[in-house]
Amino acid sequence: MSTPRDPTRDRTPAPEGTYPGVPVHEEPEGPPPWDRVVSATDRMPSTGEGPGDEFSRGGRLTGGKSTRFGDRLFRGMSVGSAAFVLVIMAAIAVFLIWKAIPALNANEANFFSYEQWFPNGTPPMFGIAALAFGTVATSILAIIIAVPIAVGVALFISNYAPIRVAQGLGYIVDLLAAVPSVVYGLWGYIYLNDHIKDTSAFLDKYFGWTVILSSNSGVGPYGRSILLASVVLAIMILPIVAAISREVFLQVPTDHKEAALALGATRWEMVRTAVLPYGRPGVISATMLGLGRALGETIAVAMVLSATFTIDWHFLSPGGNTIAANIANQFAEANDTGRGALIASGLVLFVITLIVNFAARWIIARRKEFSGAAS
Amino acid sequence: MSTATALPPPSTLVGRKLPRWTPAALVAGALAIAGVLAVLGPADSIEGFVLWTGSLFLIGQTVASFAVEGGRHARDRLVTSLIYTSFVITVIPLVSVLILTIKNGMARFDSSFFSSSLRNIAATNAGGGAYHALVGTIEQVLIATAFAVPVGIFVAIYLVEFGTGGFARTVSTFVDVMTGLPSIVAGLFILSFWILALGQGYSGFAGALALAILMLPIVVRSTEEMLRLVPDALREASYALGVPRWKTIVRIVIPTALPGIVTGVMLGVARVAGETAPVLLVTFGTNSINTDPFSGPQSSLPLFVYQQAGLPNQVAIDRAWTGALTLILFVMLLNLAARLVTYFWRARMGR
Repeated sequence: MSTPRDPTRDRTPAPEGTYPGVPVHEEPEGPPPWDRVVSATDRMPSTGEGPGDEFSRGGRLTGGKSTRFGDRLFRGMSVGSAAFVLVIMAAIAVFLIWKAIPALNANEANFFSYEQWFPNGTPPMFGIAALAFGTVATSILAIIIAVPIAVGVALFISNYAPIRVAQGLGYIVDLLAAVPSVVYGLWGYIYLNDHIKDTSAFLDKYFGWTVILSSNSGVGPYGRSILLASVVLAIMILPIVAAISREVFLQVPTDHKEAALALGATRWEMVRTAVLPYGRPGVISATMLGLGRALGETIAVAMVLSATFTIDWHFLSPGGNTIAANIANQFAEANDTGRGALIASGLVLFVITLIVNFAARWIIARRKEFSGAAS
Repeated sequence: MSTATALPPPSTLVGRKLPRWTPAALVAGALAIAGVLAVLGPADSIEGFVLWTGSLFLIGQTVASFAVEGGRHARDRLVTSLIYTSFVITVIPLVSVLILTIKNGMARFDSSFFSSSLRNIAATNAGGGAYHALVGTIEQVLIATAFAVPVGIFVAIYLVEFGTGGFARTVSTFVDVMTGLPSIVAGLFILSFWILALGQGYSGFAGALALAILMLPIVVRSTEEMLRLVPDALREASYALGVPRWKTIVRIVIPTALPGIVTGVMLGVARVAGETAPVLLVTFGTNSINTDPFSGPQSSLPLFVYQQAGLPNQVAIDRAWTGALTLILFVMLLNLAARLVTYFWRARMGR
């Protein structure tokens, strides 16, 4: 420890003369009177029976088991609440599976490859093929639209905007995330739908050969399409991706940036060689989190799409559906099997978003380890 | 440009640069050409005009810079322009949503909207209001807050003050994963757990449970962040005075972090107040006033907007816009208040 000596933290006997005029303190045998108060930066000599290893965590105060009633109670409530988080996540999986099984058993069609949704019929037939297709298509299209702009915005706020206004501009972008999804749905359904028709006609005319940027007939009708849903989703996930990317870009060591500039790099070369490589894992995980949000978004998509149950690669034509939107649309008319079928589709959504989120966290965690080792 | 190239560079150590007035001149040129195009046809809409102007400016700047300053600076200028553009593109939807919601929402932003329900008012009828939905939203959000905040704060205390080892890491990971939980899945969970498995009816309380699940990770994350900012010296000083651990947390750590925790709770409330999907599944919605959250269907403001927007009548859509305006005002005010709390707290801490 290079910091000034602190007798409450340091247990080794003070070398003579550390505190002029203060007699050298004799360390008493056994546990110290301040009992469990130990700084994390200190290493307790492991006695084999004491909780020495518990004290060696970085950066905070930790302690062993206290005998005080209040402490035990408090600790118990904290641990209980923490365990409650795990219980909820487990309960979500258990109850969704439990309530989905009867409907899945009654299902006469293949749940994964059937495109239609007739859970209320006799026999009930439903499958998530078309829904899963629409979910993935809208989300990926949204990511393709949103991520480049979000990275641009993050760079703008972290490296380009004047420092005086950067924080305020960042707040404006955060406000985008605060707008409730039902408002985006209303806006997309009533306003953006009219405007995307012209754009769709333009895209169909010049890029129709790509199939995905065309309509069924080649001349319309347009609107209430997968493209519209993707644009609305892109607007909704953009602030999320931008906020996380911005945080990562702000963490780029100033040394790296100044080194690049000192070598004569232009601002873009500095960004390309210092900021982007450092921030890449953060941007990737931000993208994954945005993808998770887009996959699970319900109301905005339910409002802007005119629901159909076919796999259609013509993204400019009205139609398409997603797992989440279908749940919102079908719920009111669902009987017992219908509800079970919707819960089954929700279970699929839960699993997909779980995988995407875990992947994103894994990338972040790996980066933490990496940068921790480097610094 | 030709004059610039004709002049000898002032120093051999400094590369040639475009004069300061170049961007302004290029904008003027691009505007002029786009104006001609607007008259001739290709750029006759506002969007087309802006798009043409922007593209012409980008091309002109890149070409000019390439000719005078060289490829590296041309690329730098191009990227800078694109990055500024991306910010403008981001702000456009926000401005558009706000302007349209205010414009369309003002039509019904009157006292009867906040004092009457939709009981006996058909989709084709004018009038009616969102009183029932407001009552529902307020009750559901309050109950959700009452559940999520204490649990969330205790989870955060565990993670910061007690948690070590694998269990804490697992909890931390699952809090993160919970943040990404789709709201509709939270609704489906309460549906299958509370309504189908336990046999309870559709109620505002069920909606509040779903909202609490969505709010919990937000409260945990923000509280955790704030508790970590509390300096260890404060804890050590308290322990040194012989204060028990729990009392140190209650009397020293939490009061120090309180403004930050309040901010987090406000942001959490703002987030769940706008959630439609879970409420749609478990409160069922109604057009009548139901002040009892524990029995019978209840409406909520986002649900009101969703249901009114789905009706094919202009009066219903007007109601939806006003509902959306109310919702945005509520959420924005909460966000603003949260920012102000943080701001004044920071200012106080800085002194």
